Amino acid sequence: MSDLLKIRDLRIEGRSDETWTPIINGVDLDLKRGEVLGLIGESGAGKSTIGLAAMGYTRDGVRISGGSVEFDGIDLVTASARVKRDLLGKRIAYVAQSAAASFNPAHKIIDQHTEAPVQHGVAKRSTSVEDGIELYRKLRLPNPDEIGFRYPHQVSGGQLQRAMTAMAMSCRPDLIIFDEPTTALDVTTQIEVLASIRNIVDEFDTAAIYITHDLAVVAQMADRIKVLLRGDEVEEAETREMLSHPKEDYTKSLWAVREFQRPEKPPAPADAVPVVSVRNVTAAYGSTDVLHNVSFDIHAGRTVAVVGESGSGKSTTARCITGLLPPRQGEILFDGEVLPADYRKRTKDQLRQAQMIYQMADTALNPRKTIGEIIGRPVRFYGGLRGAKRRERVHELLDQIELEPAQYYHRYPSELSGGQKQRVGIARALAADPKFIICDEVTSALDQLVAEGILRLLADLQDKLGLSYMFITHDLATVKSIADEVVVMKDGRVVEHGPKTDMFTPPHHPYTDLLLSSVPEMDPDWLTDLLAERGVDNLGDAAVDKM
Amino acid sequence: MSGLFEFNALSWLAIILVLLFGAAFVFRRVGQTVTGNAPKFRDMPYGAAFGYVLAAALLIFAVWYYLQPTVTDVGVPNAGVMFFRWAIHGFLIAAIAAFLFRLLGRSIGTAGSKKLFRTMPLTASFGILVILIYAFVAIFAGAIAPHGQAEVFGTANIMAGGDPALGGDPAFPLGTDQIGRDILSRLIYGAQNTVGIAFITTCLAFVIGGSLGFLAATIQGWLDELLSRGVDVLMAIPSLIFALLLMTIASVWAARLGVPLTVFMVLIIALIDSTRVFRLARAVGLNIVVMDYIEAAKLRGEGLGYLVFKEILPNAMAPLLAEFGLRFCFVFLTISSLSFLGVGIQPPLADWGTMVRDLAPFINFAAFAPTAAITPLLAAGAIALLTVAVNFVVDWMLHKSSGLKE
Repeated sequence: MSDLLKIRDLRIEGRSDETWTPIINGVDLDLKRGEVLGLIGESGAGKSTIGLAAMGYTRDGVRISGGSVEFDGIDLVTASARVKRDLLGKRIAYVAQSAAASFNPAHKIIDQHTEAPVQHGVAKRSTSVEDGIELYRKLRLPNPDEIGFRYPHQVSGGQLQRAMTAMAMSCRPDLIIFDEPTTALDVTTQIEVLASIRNIVDEFDTAAIYITHDLAVVAQMADRIKVLLRGDEVEEAETREMLSHPKEDYTKSLWAVREFQRPEKPPAPADAVPVVSVRNVTAAYGSTDVLHNVSFDIHAGRTVAVVGESGSGKSTTARCITGLLPPRQGEILFDGEVLPADYRKRTKDQLRQAQMIYQMADTALNPRKTIGEIIGRPVRFYGGLRGAKRRERVHELLDQIELEPAQYYHRYPSELSGGQKQRVGIARALAADPKFIICDEVTSALDQLVAEGILRLLADLQDKLGLSYMFITHDLATVKSIADEVVVMKDGRVVEHGPKTDMFTPPHHPYTDLLLSSVPEMDPDWLTDLLAERGVDNLGDAAVDKM
Repeated sequence: MSGLFEFNALSWLAIILVLLFGAAFVFRRVGQTVTGNAPKFRDMPYGAAFGYVLAAALLIFAVWYYLQPTVTDVGVPNAGVMFFRWAIHGFLIAAIAAFLFRLLGRSIGTAGSKKLFRTMPLTASFGILVILIYAFVAIFAGAIAPHGQAEVFGTANIMAGGDPALGGDPAFPLGTDQIGRDILSRLIYGAQNTVGIAFITTCLAFVIGGSLGFLAATIQGWLDELLSRGVDVLMAIPSLIFALLLMTIASVWAARLGVPLTVFMVLIIALIDSTRVFRLARAVGLNIVVMDYIEAAKLRGEGLGYLVFKEILPNAMAPLLAEFGLRFCFVFLTISSLSFLGVGIQPPLADWGTMVRDLAPFINFAAFAPTAAITPLLAAGAIALLTVAVNFVVDWMLHKSSGLKE
């Protein structure tokens, strides 16, 4: 069959400071009907830009400077607005990363679903509503008959993502572009969405471009994979071929990330006093308890990973330890001494000992302060260093996080990449000279290669400075690579607790088992096997509810 | 020629619009043919084509109107054309002055200031120039003004221009007001009084409203509740009437304490305007306090002062600056309103608001004596010019600071 989409020598430029700099340097792409192509690369590789260009669209401040994008014989680069208007939404559809941000909160889901078919004259509203319910059923949404008549905020994130896929399907397009549709979801929810997207794309024989930075996900979804690096194609091959025999070094390095693993340290002696000890903590927001009798210890120089889905109480536990949320019952011990429950009642030294690194480096660093000021503040506040001594210490810290001091001292956070910002967050925590650091999902917003760099840095610092970490994460690959002990949480309770090796060897608690088996693996047959094993009705939320 | 074919202004307008619609269609079609279907013309919405044609028509009309004679056949001055010419001249002079000022800024000064001027739009350099001139005039009013602000001369002569042939007096280039004071001198002193007092009042309103607003956002709880409800109560009373009421009370105190009434006016207007600033500062502050860097600072054990002034304030600067520009103009107008009602800046101090009020009747002369009619507009123009200039500068600062965040 002939190619549905044919991109030739696509060049795209973006404007920065009055000059145009290339973003995509001549990429070719072919897509047959019914085929799924995975686009993979780090952020800034140009994946989304190519995805949008496949619709003949560019973001503001970005322009297509050369090449052609031929969709079914029509060149979208030179096509008139009217021609594109007839194609987009009808024959080419787009599914964005954040369904929550892409739905209009003021309209019911079904009203947004029917908009495209009615506008394009594909179907009448009534038939389109019926079709939408049918699609919801195919995508295995709960209560397909009535879910469309809710507002977006009344539906969970995974369900919303599937509703958006249904919306993209509403005109039965020939091509759908999926831009990181599962990146913002929990592992257990991700499976549901992946399975339903795969089924529906198969069923209607729709071609798709699947953009992601997660290799294991793309292995499940794509027939072919194209690897991108800074606007250039690295290589392209059939999925199985690519996974088993990557040719280029860059691709191999992407594959190798998952192999970083730190040996587990020997357990702390039985009589050692833990650095942090959480004792029978019960905490509540308002009148509802969100933590129930949580207890665990963190020993000196060790890393305890706290895992669980969103809403399981991981971050709330951290808030109890830092004193932002005084527990209703129970206590927090630091070096054997009881800490005051409220952070305002703690001494400066107690505050200094426990530091925190945040998930979103964007909101964790004050955008109006330079890196030198951000790191220098705790140096001065706790250490009392001023002037040249303070500057010297900040330089030392910048060296420790592997950023060139002379170059970064006077920069603002907005001038740094995501990984660099996260490093500055680490330096700010180190500046207090703490014993214990809470790392709250510190790698989940980063690319795999960058995340790996952060993990290695944290591991090195632990060896050098004897730090203890509480590592909050939902990513089990991260747990595997850095943790010594694991605490599994669900609905505000500790479900399982033990050394890492015990956790990753059966038998598990059923919930741990579910979490572990939901992590996508690089094997392209993994999802198919898992579906066969669990049955389609036992995925994600459904499986959690049955427990 | 009556009935069906009677053309009035409305039907002329309708005909012109229909012609323009036709012209827009032709314009787009011709553009498509001539450029060989370039995307600019091919994808041009009909509305945009109409816009181009309408703009072109207005431009032609403006040029034609500008070239009309200023005096009609029967010797009566054509006031419309005169005012239009003055407006065009003023606009061109402003543009040239702004351009020269920017050129100056680009070639003189430190590397930093040169860079600032290089990226500055013309509107901003115009705004800065005007503000600098106002500040200069306000500070050196005593040295610049040819006469005292309260000095009364024998004659009242409102003819501006100082041309004896037209009835002016060379000693008073802008004429003298209804009781014979030099208008130019009063304009200059007005800059000192009105602008100075408005500036102090606005700053005071921002200090009160801003710090309380941030405090409410940071501490929340009962303090927020108390302050917010208090502000609600103050805002529920119409502001001008409230100010009048307070001024009446203050006038009694002022006499008893021997403090000038103007001090009370500054305090009262600052208090009333600080409620608006409070609401903005609180709303902006609430969005900032949820950020992780605030949490990090709190967990570090930082005090309230550091949180408000070092962490929150720099991030709230952009909306506060925009508000400052607007608030300054409102305060300005409030002072003028109070002066108009007789409780504001007290005579014989010169104040632009009072000047507009006192000379307002002369505006009726516009049709046959344009030079006389502009007398009240001079003070009004001074207010308008400063308002525009301040807002140009604020716009530019906003643009700059939002660009930094990207």
